Amino acid sequence: MNNNSKSGSGVLSRLLRSQIVIPLAALLLLIIFNLIFDPSFFVITPKTNSAGNPVLSGYLITILDYGSELAILAIGMTLVTAASGGQDISVGATIAICGSALLRVLCGANSRPDQLQAPIIVGFLVACIVGMICGAFNGVLVAYFKIQPMVATLILFTAGRSIAAWINNNELPIVPDPKYAYFGGFIPGIPVPAPVFIAAICIIVIFLVLKFTTLGLYTQAVGINPSSSRLNGLNPELVKFISFVILGLCVAVAALIKTSRLSTINYSVIAKDIEMDAILAVALGGNPLGGGKFNMWASIIGAYVIQFLTTTLYKFKVSSDALSAYKAVVVIVLVVFSAPTVREWIGSKFKKLTGKKGVA
Amino acid sequence: MKKKVLAAIMAAAMVALTACGGAAATAPAEPAAPAAEPAATEEAAPAEEEAPAEEEAAPAASGELIKVGIINNDPNESGYRTANDKDLKAAFSEENGFDASFAYSLKNDEQITAAQKFIQDGVDYLLLSAADTAGWDSVLKDAQDAGIHVILFDRTIDADPSLYSASIVSDMDKEGETAVAWLEGQNLDEYNVIHIQGVMGSAAQKGRSGALDSKVASDGDKWKIVTQQTAEWNAEKAQQIVQSVIDSGEKFNVIYAENDDMAKGAVAALDAANISHGVGKDVIVMGFDCNKWALQELLDQNWNYDGQCNPFQSEYILKVIDELQAGNEPAEKTIVMNEKGFDATTITADDVENYGI
Repeated sequence: MNNNSKSGSGVLSRLLRSQIVIPLAALLLLIIFNLIFDPSFFVITPKTNSAGNPVLSGYLITILDYGSELAILAIGMTLVTAASGGQDISVGATIAICGSALLRVLCGANSRPDQLQAPIIVGFLVACIVGMICGAFNGVLVAYFKIQPMVATLILFTAGRSIAAWINNNELPIVPDPKYAYFGGFIPGIPVPAPVFIAAICIIVIFLVLKFTTLGLYTQAVGINPSSSRLNGLNPELVKFISFVILGLCVAVAALIKTSRLSTINYSVIAKDIEMDAILAVALGGNPLGGGKFNMWASIIGAYVIQFLTTTLYKFKVSSDALSAYKAVVVIVLVVFSAPTVREWIGSKFKKLTGKKGVA
Repeated sequence: MKKKVLAAIMAAAMVALTACGGAAATAPAEPAAPAAEPAATEEAAPAEEEAPAEEEAAPAASGELIKVGIINNDPNESGYRTANDKDLKAAFSEENGFDASFAYSLKNDEQITAAQKFIQDGVDYLLLSAADTAGWDSVLKDAQDAGIHVILFDRTIDADPSLYSASIVSDMDKEGETAVAWLEGQNLDEYNVIHIQGVMGSAAQKGRSGALDSKVASDGDKWKIVTQQTAEWNAEKAQQIVQSVIDSGEKFNVIYAENDDMAKGAVAALDAANISHGVGKDVIVMGFDCNKWALQELLDQNWNYDGQCNPFQSEYILKVIDELQAGNEPAEKTIVMNEKGFDATTITADDVENYGI
């Protein structure tokens, strides 16, 4: 019996110390909140859309759907944070650039074409290349010129949306092919929104990469101590550079979904402030924002928690310009709870509690 | 050494920031509201005396070009601004007898610098769409002393009306009233409105929201707001807001979006949920700004109404210049432009071509 409770408290305290408990606790809190105030939040109903295809609808589906871009971006942002100890704030602007390049290829010089000027896959590949170039630009500044990530990415943050407008001569192209809308909507016959699948593919890919390559290990090593990792034969510059390029790729995928949702683009508002949400997702995942160790799952769950919060607030008709204030509350709570002193204090309290029980 | 290189790069970055920063962060803004000063007409007198005759007689008569300095907001800002800029460029061409120089900025101080440069260059007319309402007094005084006529377009400023010759503006309140009057004319049994607002506090938002708000307040039995949210001119946000209403299962039959982008986002959410919209369908869709693609949606009967926010100000400006050239002050100091509202049942392909921006 004594043994039992000991191992039980061991699991608990290990769980408490593990990173993933933060986003999970936040998620649980939101779920309980919704269960109490309106359980219909969790209802999912099958419907048919205007094209006559079966679709699922409900708040949970909405969360999975609209959280996709953020989850994808959180993947790249986690790596960048871990490797460079800083964040990329140019994500939203780079989405505008990638999306603009993508639509430029699909629509050609004419912003209102009658048909696609190039296959969608070609456009997407171009967007990927553009995204990786933007990532490489940031990566070079950070890794080789040793500029603080936030300052280095400030360049694209401010210039990006103008560049995006320039790519399309300031016109707002509209993609004529309804097939293009599949990526941000529904694929005929499949009732789950397509972005969910795209996010799932990205998540699976990054986990295979982390499992079968040394990327994760190297990233953490570089993030914890670049000079000692260099002494151990790693190339910290290259690792940082690669993390930015991977984020660029994530941005391109997010740009595909974003532009597909409406089959068009608006340079000044597309993916506005999404970089802050992506950074928040990483923070919600309990990852140290100063670099080093990271937990990819925790970041991804963090991304969905943010969307869960947004959707919940919309449901309760909270004015949408107040959304950021609520997110700020989340940030404050997070920062407090992830501070080592606070966690230690909670841990010791918890130990005392379980310890007493064991004695009794 | 390292630090020097870093400093150099930072400096370069700063230049890039100031050069490109303007257009990047701004949401598509709408022209500022007209100053509520119909009484300003009487005040036209003082400027009249000060209008020096020297450069007035010369240019038009002798076939010389009229020198015009045009200060506008960045055309990248929005589709509205792009159309506005195109219209001005077409009107003030050399063929039409003008020697026009353009300066663009979303920042007031840069605009003021540009104005000072134009004054030094000795332009005959200074056309101004100010980024900010304040801070123009001294530079306009300089212009007046140099005998330059100032014509404000699209946005008013907080300066003494004697400092400018005319102000050409949109009446946002009227845009809202026209739209709500049209909606009332649809004679629905019930109005359950999803109201998607622009950036709060902007002139376009205030004018377009005001009319609907007062209608709901005065006729609360028939008119109900299902949800009232700002999507900040952003289509994606509008899509999420409407999606949230659909998920909640609440009934609605009108979408009142304060610009075309947001109406488009709303319609994307409706399409995904199989809710029919347009002429004779379940939901009435209303937008503003008259983008060409939006008018096309009207023509295809997918939307019901689109309110115009007129960017074609050159004809009004030209009229004012004509009068000033003839030596008269314009009859009205504040000129409110005609703005239409288009109904999907009556719109024609010509309208799309002529009024789409």
